[in-house]
Parts: sequence; structure tokens; C-alpha cells
Amino acid sequence: MPDDATLDDGSTPGQNAESTRQAYWRANLRLMAFLLTAWFAVSYGCGILLVDWLDQFRFGGFKLGFWFSQQGAIYVFVILIFVYVWRMNQIDRAFGVDE
Amino acid sequence: MELQTWTYLIVGLTFALYIGIAIWSRVQTTKGFYVAGGGVSPLANGMATAADWMSAASFISMAGLISFIGRDGAYYLMGWTGGYVLLALLLAPYLRKFGQYTVPDFVGERYYSGQARLVAVICAIFVSFTYVAGQMRGVGVVFSRFLDVEIELGVVIGMGIVFIYAVMGGMKGITYTQVAQYCVLIFAFLVPAIFISLALTGHVLPQVGFGSTVLDPSGADSGVYLLDKLDSIQRELGFSEYTNGTKETIDVFFITAALMVGTAGLPHVIIRFFTVPRVRDARLSAGYALVFIALLYTTAPALAAFARTNLIETVHESPYDELPSWFHNWENTGLLAWGDKNADGKVQYAPGAAFDPVPGQTTVRLVKTGARGDSGEPLFANPLSKSRNELYVDRDIMVLANPEIAQLPNWVIALVAAGGLAAALSTAAGLLLVISAAVSHDLLKNLLMPGISEKQELLYARIAAGAAVCVAGYFGVNPPGFVAQVVAFAFGLAAASFFPAIVLGIFSKRMNREGAITGMVVGIVFTASYIIYFKFVNPAANNAEHWWFGISPEGIGALGMLLNFFVSLSIARFTAPPPATVQELVETIRIPRSSAEV
Repeated sequence: MPDDATLDDGSTPGQNAESTRQAYWRANLRLMAFLLTAWFAVSYGCGILLVDWLDQFRFGGFKLGFWFSQQGAIYVFVILIFVYVWRMNQIDRAFGVDE
Repeated sequence: MELQTWTYLIVGLTFALYIGIAIWSRVQTTKGFYVAGGGVSPLANGMATAADWMSAASFISMAGLISFIGRDGAYYLMGWTGGYVLLALLLAPYLRKFGQYTVPDFVGERYYSGQARLVAVICAIFVSFTYVAGQMRGVGVVFSRFLDVEIELGVVIGMGIVFIYAVMGGMKGITYTQVAQYCVLIFAFLVPAIFISLALTGHVLPQVGFGSTVLDPSGADSGVYLLDKLDSIQRELGFSEYTNGTKETIDVFFITAALMVGTAGLPHVIIRFFTVPRVRDARLSAGYALVFIALLYTTAPALAAFARTNLIETVHESPYDELPSWFHNWENTGLLAWGDKNADGKVQYAPGAAFDPVPGQTTVRLVKTGARGDSGEPLFANPLSKSRNELYVDRDIMVLANPEIAQLPNWVIALVAAGGLAAALSTAAGLLLVISAAVSHDLLKNLLMPGISEKQELLYARIAAGAAVCVAGYFGVNPPGFVAQVVAFAFGLAAASFFPAIVLGIFSKRMNREGAITGMVVGIVFTASYIIYFKFVNPAANNAEHWWFGISPEGIGALGMLLNFFVSLSIARFTAPPPATVQELVETIRIPRSSAEV
């Protein structure tokens, strides 16, 4: 997860409109990259590419790969969006660009 | 009370509710008509988006489809939910900040070009009509099965309802009816699923029952997991195991990708995010939308496994004359059929089709002769196939017949009818608005007749919505034979055209008109040619041997999207950068706070 309101160049938010904007965008992109990696890992990774390998493990009555492909990936998708909403609101406020 | 009475009562009540909302939510401005005034709460928008998105196919057909293909059904489940992560992270907040009315609006302004807008208009209209024809048909089918009304009359009634609230209330009317429709459809989907889960596994939550042990007929725990049991039943009957995949991994990968990206690129879903007040509301409502969608999408695969187990256990090796009454009810609709190939009076279920198509047709559509066989079963003009399988099951029955299979009261069955109608009508309305706005706002106001007043534009919007309802109704009554085949088209085209153009428009300041237009055209032409070739020109070659890299036409949109990205980025490198005003626009949409406040 990206750090909170410290900017990459060490300045505080608001010093310079242009650099704040760029730092805000970088923080956004970092968060996005992290979340999209998780998105890819649970769906295409666990649910498709690794599904047969994961099936050797069990999760209750489910084979693990099967569970990811028909249940788990969807739960993770929901969590990812809410993490995004929560972090972005923090980042918006930290950089003073919230509405 | 009689089932018919219940159905008329519940369907009638929901329709009255929709019309009531329409009267309450009349609008007088274009902003009200296109984006509900921009004042919808994130929670309401989440529900509306969920209803907008979940169509007749999600409600009626998906669980049944999954129950026949087992684990591979995952591409529908992940494909039609994972797109919301893309929407939330890559599109919704920025398009909300951009703050216009339509998807072609964004494409036209970001790429400073009427041509770009026109390409987007054509795509939006094509994608939406493809989709809406299926919804209207769905309305007709539900009417004919539950209310004994002709399909045609059912379509006309559905048209009338949509006409009232779409033409009067525009996006505002559509939004609040969709909220009501979501409540109806999710209730109708969950109630039978919960009862069946309780009966089969003793768990209230179908998602938990799915991975639990089954109860034996006395109600005691049998100690055998449902999915293990289903796997062994399938093995015994000669099917592949339910929890194993049969499709090639690369094809599953690409189909999932095409559905995900296509979802994120569908204009009727994207415009829902124009209706909330702020950027943060757009993000939040994408989250709510996915929660509401996930309620149905995590229940459907459980229902699929329950229904398959129930069906096989009830009918396989059972004497025909001892089958429960629901079997005979659904035989009458032509969705279930039995042909006693070995003349033992019992139903044998096995892999393969039970019947062949009647001469002159290519797909199995049962044609009743009116005569009865030795066990009293209806006979069909369709010849019996060579396989051992004696049972024909339409996949839609897995949802539609569920309440009867679980012996639920009549009002639950009536509720399923209302739920199917809600799912079809809500999606149809969202699509019709896209078509209406594309015509009145993009084509007329922005391209052909820039001089018209807001009042005139609103009038044209209403006329376009009305006309679109009629065209959709026409396709519902006279369905083009290719509707099923062209669904791949809608997702493929959305994936290969809109998605890259919008994402690049937000995330690459350097992306210019030349790159975006060429990319869209290449993506569309590539995807459309591949689908048309395998679906229409040479359907005989539509198999893994001839597909490129083993990717079926359903998944080719993902490749078209990659091609679009590649072409756009390459062309943009060698052509002039976009004007400074456009680069500033990109800067603005990346920041939630409006520039006046910064």
C-alpha cells in the first residue's frame, strides 16, 4: 500500500499546485497498480491459470481452485473496490483535492 | 390461491409501482432526462446499476447455463463482475468529473473530433440494440410461460410499460424504477435459492450450502459434500466431473477478459455513473453496485449445483409415471421432454442430445405432435438421437422451475415471474436511454443541428426514446435468428472500441485524435470480422482447430482490445499531440475537486 500524505519530493501538499497534482496522480497510480495486481491474481491467477493446481487443496466442501473461480474472486472484487474508495478518499483529502 | 391469480396479482402490483414512479419522476430538462439531474445517491445508483446490468439472461439463464457446464461457468461469473473493478478504478470517477451526458460526449470532446463522436455513436447504438432485442424477447417469454399470454402480446405490454417511464421520466424515471426492480428481482432470486439450500444442505446461505454436506432423505447429515456427490453422480452418468473444466485455459482466459472489459465498456453501464453528485460518489456507487450484483452472482453458481443435483436425483432411473407434477407442467411448455428409447418406462439421463432437430432445422427446437406415447408422455416430431440420453432439458428451467422443484408455495413462483420481468425491463430501459441520448444529444445536437434549443432537444430525446422502444419491440416480436450469436458482438465491440479509447483518454495525455480513431476502427473491424466469419460466413469452421491461438469468437474482443491499445499508442507516437486545451481537460478530470475550488 502506498504511504500517506508525504510527497515523493519531500514537500508538503499545497506548496506548489503543479507538483501536488503530479504527486496526487502518482499516489493514485500506485494504489491502482496494487489493486489491479490483486484483481488479476485472484481472477486470472487463482481462478483460471492456477485453478487445477489449487484444486489439490480443499476449502470445506470446495476444491480451492473451484471456489476461487465461482465464489472467491467475486468476494475479492468487492473488497478491492471498497479499499479503493476508502484509500482514495484519504488520498484526496491529504492532497487537498477532495470535493 | 391459484398460481395464475398470484402471478397476475404480483406482476400487476410491480407494474403499478413502476408506473407510479414514472408519474412521480417526470422531467422537464435535458439534464434531468439524460442524467437524472445528477443528484442520485450512491446507494440508489448502486441498486439501479445492478438492475441495469443484470438482464433477463443473468436472472433466467445464467444459473442454468452454469449447471450444464460446471466449473467453466466461471467465465460468466468472473467476467460479469470483475469488470466493475475496472469501472471503479479506471473509468467511473474520471467520467463523472468530466460530467457530460453520454459516452460519445467524452470520446468526441477528448479527441476533439466529430468523426470520433460519430464512431462512438454508431458503436453505442449497435451495441445497445443488439442487447435490447434479447430483453424484449425475455419479457415476452416470461409472459407466455407464466401468464398464458401470447409472446407477442407480452412484448407489447412490456413495451408499453417501458415507454411510459422512459419517455416521461428519462434517466430519472429509469433510475428509480430500476431501484424498485432490483428489489423485486433479488428477492425473487434469493427466496427459492434459500429454500432449496435449506432443504438440500440445512444451510440458510446458498453460498455456504454450496460447500457443505448434503442431508439424507430423513434430514440427517449424510457426511458427503454436495460437490463431491455431484462429481460422483456426473461420473456415473458419463459426464465429466462438475468441478473440472473442459475448455482450454487460453479460451477461458480470453472469454473472461472480453466479458470483463466489455462490461466496463458498455455505455448503458458507464452512463449510470454520470447520475451521482460527486466523484467520490461515483467510486462508492461502483462498490455498492458490485455488492448488489455479487448477491445474485455468488448465489447463481450455488443454485446451479443444487438444481443439477436435484434434477438428476429426481428423474434419473425414475419411472415416468411416478415423476412429480412439475415435470409434467414443464413438459407442456416444451422445455422438458422425454423419449423412451429403450422402452423401459424409466427416464435415463446421459451425455449427448436426446433429440435431433426436425428436418430442415439446425438446432433442437421441440415440435409437439399432440400424440402420446406408451407411458403417456407427449411425443415430438423431432427424431430421437442416437445417444443413450432420453431427457431433454432447457437450461432456463433451472431457474424457472426451481420453486416447483423445491415445492414452494405459489406466491414464490409468481415472484419469479415478476423477477424475470424486472430484470428484463430494467436492462431494456437503460439501453433505450443510451440509444435515445445518442440520437438526440450526440447525433442531432452536437453533429447535425447544433442550433436547436434545450426544449427541442428534450422533445427529440423523447421521440428517439419512443422510436427506440418500438424498434426494440419489433425485434422482440420478430427476433432475428442471430440474437444469441450477436451477444458476443456486444461485449466484443464494447471491449475493442470504447474501453481502450476511454482509458487512454484519461491515462495518456499524449493520446490524440489520430491514434484513438484508428485504434477504435481497427479494434472494431478486427473483432467484427472474426465474429462474422465464424458465426455467419463459415460456421462449420467454428472450432478450436481453426480459431486463432485457440480463442473462440466469444473471447476475441479481448484480443481486439489489445490490438486497439497497440495501434492507438503507435499512431499517437508519430502524429501531432492533442491541443493544449485538451491536455488541460485531461488534467482537470484527474482531480476530483473542480478547478474553481483549487
